[in-house]
Amino acid sequence: MEIISLFSLGFVVRAFVAGAFIAALCAILGNFLVLKKLSLIGDGLSHVSFGAIALALFFGVYPLLVAIPLVLAASYFVLKLSQRAKLYGDAAIGIVSAVGVSIGVMLASLSNGFNVDLFAYLFGNILAVSAAEVWLSIGLSAVVLLAIFLLFNDLMVVSFDEDYAKMVGVKASRLNLMLTWLTAITVVLAVKVVGVMLVSALLILPAVSALQLAKSFRAAMALAVGAGVLSVLIGITISVYADLPAGATIVLANFAIFLVSLLWRKVLR
Amino acid sequence: MTPIINVKNLCFGYGSDDILYGVTFSITPGDYVALSGPNGAGKSTLIKVLLGLAGPYRGKIELFGQNRKLFNDWGRIGYLPQQSNNYNPLFPATAREVVRMGLLAGKSFPKIFNAADNERVSVVMKLMGIEKQKNKMVGELSGGQQQKVFLARALASNPSLLVLDEPSSALDPLSRDSFFALLEELNQEHQTTVIMVTHDTPQIGRYAKTLLYLDKKVVFYGGFNDFCQSPDMGGYFGSYSQHLICHQHD
Repeated sequence: MEIISLFSLGFVVRAFVAGAFIAALCAILGNFLVLKKLSLIGDGLSHVSFGAIALALFFGVYPLLVAIPLVLAASYFVLKLSQRAKLYGDAAIGIVSAVGVSIGVMLASLSNGFNVDLFAYLFGNILAVSAAEVWLSIGLSAVVLLAIFLLFNDLMVVSFDEDYAKMVGVKASRLNLMLTWLTAITVVLAVKVVGVMLVSALLILPAVSALQLAKSFRAAMALAVGAGVLSVLIGITISVYADLPAGATIVLANFAIFLVSLLWRKVLR
Repeated sequence: MTPIINVKNLCFGYGSDDILYGVTFSITPGDYVALSGPNGAGKSTLIKVLLGLAGPYRGKIELFGQNRKLFNDWGRIGYLPQQSNNYNPLFPATAREVVRMGLLAGKSFPKIFNAADNERVSVVMKLMGIEKQKNKMVGELSGGQQQKVFLARALASNPSLLVLDEPSSALDPLSRDSFFALLEELNQEHQTTVIMVTHDTPQIGRYAKTLLYLDKKVVFYGGFNDFCQSPDMGGYFGSYSQHLICHQHD
């Protein structure tokens, strides 16, 4: 199959578009999360969304209706736990993550009927995204990009030095909450499209690849978006041609980009 | 004249332990105050409480005549935190991007920088002698250059009050001399009020006009003539150090 004919397939085009927007979104948020040492929040929240989706399937409710409020609550819990309970962020994420997965596994074991549906969410299937999910991805990306554009300088100083940010009048706590909530919503929608396993890779890998090469913060954002989108294009193309699972192929494409950027950095030095 | 900082009976602590208690002092515009004291005396904590980075506190703090809890004109204050305290050295910010952060205090939503801001950034970077480093990432600069970048950030908003927390610790002797000369120029020619936390005892008397010696409470607050004549301060500093400080001040 030629590349041209690949783009004539509706499901492939939908996968490219939804995947590219979600990858760009995750890359932008991931830059802030990685630099704030909250890389694993995506992992933790995706596990919570696994538990929330299990809960929704258990009670026969549309998964997003349960997952969005629960994951938002979990992200708030992570933030407050790390601020008030003298816990490091990674420990707070670990707690929430483990509880999320435990709930998912327990509900899966209690019900005998929805294991297949639940595992579809676990690994995702980007090649099966609907037109509605594509529009949802585009809409969410527009909202997040607008928020990041308007608050870019505040988010930058909060990520660089939170104490200094407070001193120059930036509402650091509000921005942190906004960042985790944007991440929570992104994670829930991305889980629907690319699966629990892939979300954290899309948040972390493009950002760390960009950080190997970037010479300014704006460049880091642009490079991360480029790396994320490129990994989706490469991953989907290879998965269609080689009949491999799309999610895993995208993650490995991301890892390959990370290795190349790492080598490139060594060569440049 | 309205004091730039007015503190009355300030008490602050974490949990049940008081780090500061009954702290009272007042700083007038144009002063150059050295804030000194032993380790754990609460110097940096006092700065953080003054700047709204730690709280809640008991007592009264006024900045530029306004209750600190209501104060929001942070562009009038330039702050140089203790180096390597909080910032992430792997953060891919250029020196220029870091200096520009100092202009955020005067901005309202959406905080977008304009040509005048960029010009101001260039001016302060030139003043600090770091214009050639403007596009270098701050984490890749030497300790001394980083300190200059952070001082340029503190100066970016053209503040009336400069608060420096152990600013000379990362500087080599040459850089330290030019750094203190710049502070002296800002203080004398531009009437910028300076508060500097320092352990650099011999240098205190050389530059500052006033000494605030803190040991959880104010032990001494006054000019160097009073300090030099105070037998109590000989007990704190040792008579040799006291003599050295007074000699430097002369």
